[in-house]
Order: sequence, then structure tokens, then C-alpha cells
Amino acid sequence: MKKIIFVLFCLNSFWIFSQNCTYTLRGTVIDFHDGTSIDNATIQIKNTNKFAVTDSKGNFVIRNVCGGKITIVISHIGCKTSEKRIVIEANYQGKFLLEHHSEALEEVSILGKTTPKKVSSISETVLSKKVLDNYSSGSLGDALKEIAGVSSINTGNAIVKPMINGMHSSRIIVINNGVRLQDQEWGIEHAPNVDLNSSESVSVIKGAGALAFGSDAIGGVVILNPKNPVKIDSLFGNTITGFQTNGNAYNLATSLHKTYKKGYYVDVNASYKRFGDFKAPDYYLTNTGSESYAFSINAGIKTFETGWNVFISSISSEIGILGASHIGGIQDLVNALNSQQPLIHKDFSYTINNPKQEVNHFIAKVNYFKRFQGLGKLTLQYDFQENQRFEYDRRIGENRFIPAVDLNLKTHSATADFLFDANDLWTFQTGTLFRFQENFANPATGVRRLIPDYQKIDVGFYSTIKHQYSENLSLDFGVRYDYNFYDVKKFYQTSRWNALGYDVLFPELVIQDLGTQLLTNPKLNFHNLAISLGGKRTLSEENSLLFNYTLATRPPNISELFSDGLHHSAARIELGSLTLQSEKSNRFSVSFLRENSSFTWQLDTYATLLKDYIFIAPNGTEQTIRGAFPKWEYRQTDAFLTGFDLNLQKQFSENWFYSLNTSYIFAQDTRENEPIIDMPPFQMRNSIRYQNEDWKNFSSALISEFVGRQNRFPDFNFEQFIATTNSTVLVDISTPPNAFHLLHFKNTVDFDWGKHSKIQVSINVNNLLNTSYRDYLNRLRFFADDLGRNFQLQIKINY
Amino acid sequence: MKKYILVFSTMIAMTLTSCSNDDPEIINEEEVITTLEVTLIPQGGGTTVTLVSRDLDGDGPNAPVVSVSGALQVNKTYAGTAKVLNETETPAENITLEVEEEGDEHQFFYTFSNSIATVAYTDQDKNGRPIGITFNVTTTSAGIGNLTVTLRHEPNKTAAGVAAGNITNAGGETDVEVDFSLTVN
Repeated sequence: MKKIIFVLFCLNSFWIFSQNCTYTLRGTVIDFHDGTSIDNATIQIKNTNKFAVTDSKGNFVIRNVCGGKITIVISHIGCKTSEKRIVIEANYQGKFLLEHHSEALEEVSILGKTTPKKVSSISETVLSKKVLDNYSSGSLGDALKEIAGVSSINTGNAIVKPMINGMHSSRIIVINNGVRLQDQEWGIEHAPNVDLNSSESVSVIKGAGALAFGSDAIGGVVILNPKNPVKIDSLFGNTITGFQTNGNAYNLATSLHKTYKKGYYVDVNASYKRFGDFKAPDYYLTNTGSESYAFSINAGIKTFETGWNVFISSISSEIGILGASHIGGIQDLVNALNSQQPLIHKDFSYTINNPKQEVNHFIAKVNYFKRFQGLGKLTLQYDFQENQRFEYDRRIGENRFIPAVDLNLKTHSATADFLFDANDLWTFQTGTLFRFQENFANPATGVRRLIPDYQKIDVGFYSTIKHQYSENLSLDFGVRYDYNFYDVKKFYQTSRWNALGYDVLFPELVIQDLGTQLLTNPKLNFHNLAISLGGKRTLSEENSLLFNYTLATRPPNISELFSDGLHHSAARIELGSLTLQSEKSNRFSVSFLRENSSFTWQLDTYATLLKDYIFIAPNGTEQTIRGAFPKWEYRQTDAFLTGFDLNLQKQFSENWFYSLNTSYIFAQDTRENEPIIDMPPFQMRNSIRYQNEDWKNFSSALISEFVGRQNRFPDFNFEQFIATTNSTVLVDISTPPNAFHLLHFKNTVDFDWGKHSKIQVSINVNNLLNTSYRDYLNRLRFFADDLGRNFQLQIKINY
Repeated sequence: MKKYILVFSTMIAMTLTSCSNDDPEIINEEEVITTLEVTLIPQGGGTTVTLVSRDLDGDGPNAPVVSVSGALQVNKTYAGTAKVLNETETPAENITLEVEEEGDEHQFFYTFSNSIATVAYTDQDKNGRPIGITFNVTTTSAGIGNLTVTLRHEPNKTAAGVAAGNITNAGGETDVEVDFSLTVN
């Protein structure tokens, strides 16, 4: 009882304390010279730890400001720090001017934004820290679904790969703190190895227009940005902890940021997540637990003129694969398809058994930049990545402890970029890339290699130009060339080599004949060109129009070329093809943006012509001693994709907000005249939110998520004779599941804790009505329902 | 500026010199099952019938070679034994021993079409449930039918009908599945 009284007393004292400090300070920071808004400016209330950073529109909010006279310090990299005294009697709103010139380099006029949009003619959507914090226990793929046009392709619930306008895996580049992720990203069952907790924001650029990152991002680029250091002496941090009922999961993430006036900074992040077996509405999804650890440190010095940055990151995860999905033979697949429930489901457990995967990803990066007076900025970077992947199958005897897949991928990249930004109207950027990659497939597995040993060299050059043609029109143009060289050593079964006709096509590749197996040494060269051009037309203060054309070329990845073996989770034999060429994409996009404080909307439309689009499709069945398996082969076709993504946000009154995200894509194989497989169906997400700053910033949102049935799909069904019943059955692997509608409910409230700290408590319910559904883009949809109702409690402490 | 070019080219040189390019080691799969042999010995005299399926390239494109030594006699009980081998190794590895050792995680299923015969298990795992390495086949009527022999890994051995040899609710992962066409005279 005493404890309760004590707690009540504490709560009460918070209340009394915070009563004097309930005002909200809002404002916009704009450039004194040209009136443009300035993002990433820091606004601090002098002699307190209360501060905010402006968003992309230059807006900021500081809550719980105490009444009386205060001094506001506004600072920004490359600007003179300014101070302003104001009197707080009520909620305050104002405009703050910043002299956007460097003290040391008076003659250099900087374009202002420290993280400018990568390409002005392509729409770029940014998820802020606030949004990312909601996904502290989730994955990158889950968080990105907040963006219209971004969906995900899943293997269960722990392996979530982002999909941009129907494109995924090798067609999407993921940049983590300036490092292009190299983590066996081609496989659908390989989720990107990133920890969202260490990112301050995530941007998505649709299409390949951001040429500085590569020529092959036919789907788009996902960029995870770290915290932008502020030049003040400060130490702050936050801790997030959460619990959810589905999977009895818990997670903890902590980050600390130390900054110095001189420009030094250190950020340290650590996180831990643990999930048990997830639950569909009617049964547990046995063996879907997972566990992951992440640690990263980002340190350096950043001044206007020069700076360096060191980034070290390590992520380890162990992910269980739904037991019922690991099958052999068409007979098992037929049984799974006919069964309403997974054939094996047990009670809840945290234990992760085989089949499972264990992945470790390590990144080390060194980055240096220097500004040259009257010229621009040089950036040099070297990064090293090591990805170690183990996959464990159900095996007999001692072999169960030996992974069936053991791949070690090491990548070294070096880049040099120069940004010429001395001229206000013309910005010119050029850069070069050199990358060396080596994959080692450990023979200790005792299982033939799914991915062979190889070495790869990439060399790339690019140049981009941005021109402010007139006050209302800016134009950009870019060109990039990449060269890729693969040196592969692969064992083929002699029977396979001959069956694929390679004994006639490529006899010169064989370097050793071992009877039943052949050692081959394919050396492949690819030349890839990308061109992007477009513009941004400002129609009025609030409206603008973006238009862009991008040509991109993507070389076939190692899996498309050399895949060779049985995939238990799909009950199919997957074969790569040595004859694949690079795929070419021509993408036209037009976006319309309206930005207004109470009504914002963005409509992205696009049409893409893909030549030699690489995809995998069934081609007959093969009989083995495990039974018959459908044989899926990589091949190429031409495709046409078009669609739209719409995001709309409206504020109806001071407290009521509405938002809509919807997207549709039409994808057709123009050679075969049939739909393309695995394209996201129509989807729509409506959200109504009530928020009241006077009630501890209470916010409550009801979200409705509708996903339609994909009615456009290719028919890859086939017939199979089943001896036990002496009958022939149709194996339906193509028909998509039905449409579904889910409701989610999200609530947050903020509490002050002491003078400088704040606690945010969120209580969320996902799949409120416990609806049973299956998702077309989840590879385990053949075996089990998706997740049932989930209560989440999350506590976030800022200090 | 020269300094940076120097640093950059050193980095490239470092990455280049770190390459090594030895030939990879060949993998001969250890636990691959290439061969299933079922021996049926008639009780009270008669001709032993042997069923063999051999797939020496495993998951490769060549189909297994299936052979049946002869016809079964009607109204006769045969003592059956199943054997799984890896014949990519010399001498061939007998994987049946590992199946027996992990009997609680494995089970053979024998399914006849056209009601030509019935099957009864004659062995048990440590939990008293059948494994199916030994079994009896009793032919019930003359005719032609299929025998499907299936070896399941991690089946649900407690599910309805599984202990009696009905595969319908067994689940698990198929390690072997072979159809033999049989004649009962």
C-alpha cells in the first residue's frame, strides 16, 4: 500500500511540476537571404536542455515550454548562430530568420540543406524518427509500408523485404549510413540486415534516378540516415522498451548521443529483440520465434569545412522458419494446400529449432570530407562489410548441428565524390566507385552449394547536374556507367550441366571433370548504363509538379545466374541460367505535390518498360527419390508496369487529423501477354487520429488497412499424378488469397519526467478484430494464416 | 588534393591484393539418399520380391531408376524390410541405421492402391510407435496396383491414424517417396 501511495505521490508531483510548463513553441526557420525554409536547424531554449531540430519544411515544435522570458538559440551548420528573446504567455508561433552564410567562408554561398533531396525531379518520402520509433521491435520492411507504393514480400513475419512499386531484392538498393548494404540481398528469404533503432530517418526514392548510389536500382533506393550532429555541448539519449502479446515478444533499444561545440560527436546504439512463436487467430505458428542483437557506434567530427566519420555496426539474428513450411515433394505441397491448418502446430515456445537461419552482418566505414573554397566538397569513403549466413535444415544424426548453407560474403568499397556547389544556379556532382566482393561457400556443410564461390569487381562513374533554370523550374540530369565482372568457380552435376545444354553452349568453361561433377569457371562481364533527366516545376507556393525519365540497367545477380538446388520452403528445384543478360528499365514518372499546413497530398504516377526482365517461373517437374518437384527456372521477358501511389493528409480541426495511403499497380508480361507474378494487389490505408497537446499530447488513432485480392496473376498451376490415390490432382500454387481488412488502434501519451526527460507511453492493438487472413506476398501463405491480434505496450524515455 | 588521390588509390590497392583465388573443394553429399530397397520375403516359402529405386544424381535432372523383381502371390504374408542407402559413396553408406537410431523422428509409410494388400508394422521406436523399417505385407486380392513407399522426417507420430500407417495426418518433410507398380497373382 505504501508503495502505491508513493507511486501516486510521484505521479502527482509530475503533474504539479508540469503545470507551469505546458506551452508549445512552434515556428519556422527560414533563410534571411532567399526566404527558403531551412531543415536540420537546431533550436534550443538557452540554459535548458529543451531543443528541437527543424523538419524538411523548416518547421519545429518544442512542447512543455515554461512561461516567462526565454532566449532561443538557433543554429545550423554553415550559418551564424542567432539568438532571439521572446516572452511566453501562451502557445507561441513565430518565424525565425537565419543568416545562411558561413562565418569563415563569406564568399561561398551554400545551397543550405545539409541533407538535400537526392534528386529534385523524383519524389522522395521520409519517415521521421517519430514514425520509426513505433517500429522499434519491427523491421525495416514493416516501417516502410507507411509509405504509399511501398509494400513487402515476406517469408513469415520475421523476414520482411521491402518492395517498391512491385520491385524487390536486387532491384532495391539499401544505404545504411552511406554504406550500400551487401548482404546476399538477392534471396527473398534474406531480410535486409539493418537495425531501425540506430537510424534517425529513412528516405525512399522510387525508381533508379538517384544515380549516385548505383545504376541498378530499378525499384528504388532506401536510405537510412544517422542522427545529424549538432554543434553544441550536449549529452542526450533515449531508451525504448516494449512488450507484445503475440509472440510474447520483448525488446529493448538504447541510444546515447554526445556532441561537442567543436563539432565532435559520438552516437552509440544497442538493441535486443526476442520473439517466441507467433500466433495466427486459430493456432500457434510453430517455430517462428527469433532473437536479434544489434550494436553500432557512429563517431567523428563535423565542421563546415571538413570532417570525418567512423561507423561500426554489427547485427546478429537467429530466425526460426515455420516448421510446417519445410516440406519435400509435390505430395507434401498438395497436402499443405488442402489442409486448412498447418499439419504441425504445437503450443507456444521460445525455442528456435531447425529449420532456421542465423545471420551476422558487420559494417565498418571511414568517411572524410573537405570543402574547397569557391569550388565545392570532396568526400572519400571506404567501407568493409562481412555477411555470414547459416541456414539449418532438418538433417539426420550429427548433421543436424551442421548448417546446410554456410556463406561468407566480404565486400570492400571505396568511393570518391565531388560536389561542385559554389554556383547557386548550377550544381554539379561527380563520383567514382570501386568495389571488390568475395563469396565463400563452406564445403563443411556436406550439402552441394546453393550459391557458388565467386569474386566480383564493380567499377562505376557518375555525374549529375542540377540547374535552377528559373524561379519556378529546376532541371536535373545524370549519367552513370557501371562495369561488373564475375569470376565464379562452381561445381555442376554432370547430369545437370548436360541437361541445361551447357556441354554444347559453354564447353570451354569446364576446368576439371570429376565424373559425376564438373568444376567450371565462368567469367562474366556486364556493362551497365543509366541516364536520368527530369525537372521540378513550382506551380504555386503550395503546389509543384515533378517529372522524370530514368533508364537503368541491372546485371543478373549471382542467384539468377547460378542458383542450383532444392528449396524446401517452396518445394521446388530452382535453377539459374548462364545465358541471362542485363535487364533494362525505362521509367517515366510524374508526381504532383501539394504542401499546405492543413492539407498535404502527393500523387506519384509512373509507367515502366522493362526489357529482358528477369523472373523465375515453373518449367515442368522433375522426379527424384524424394518424389516429384516442380522445376523453376530463371528466364527473361519484356514487361510493362504502370500505377499510382497516393498519400493524403488533412487536418480538419485543431485536434482531428485524417490520412490516406493507397496504391495500385498494373504489371503485364508483354511477350507472353499475361500478368507478372508476385505483384502487390490494390491497397488502401485510412487513418483517423485525435491529438490534444493539452492532454499530455495524447494521441489516439484508428487505422483501417484494406488489401484487395490480386486478380491479375499468371496461371502456373500444374497437374500431378498421386500414386497413393491413383488419381491426378491440380496443384494450385497460383491463385491468390482473398482480400482482407484489418483494424489497428494506436494510442500514445507523453509525461514529463524530471526537468529534462520525457516518457512516452504507447498502447497499440494490431489486428483488433483478430481477423484470419493470408497475404499474397507472404511465401508462407500456402501453409498457414498470417498473424492474429497483437497488443503492444511501448515505453520510450528521452533524456 | 594529391594526398587524397594517394589515400584513395592505396585503398583500392589494398582491396585488390586481398584477393586469393584457389579452387573450391568438391562436396560429396553425405546424407543424400540415392537408393531405397524394399525386400519382401514370403512366409512359408516362395520367391522373394525386391523393389529398388535408385537416383544416383540426387536432386539432379535424371529420374530415379525403379525396378520390381517380380509379382506377389495372392493371400500370402511377406516379411518386409526397408533399406535406404547413399550409393554416391563407396562402400555405400547405410542410412537406415540413422533412421533407426532416430526412430521417434522418422516413419516409413506403405500405401497400396486398388486394395491389393495390407500392411502391419512390426517394429517400434523408443516411444512404442512404429518406424516401419520392418513390416508385414499381406496380399488380399489379385490385380495390379501401386505401392507408394514414403519416409517422413519429423512427422506428427501421434496424429490420428499415423501409428496404423495412414499418412494423411502425418505432416513432416518427405525424405523418400517412390511409387512401385505391383502385380498380385
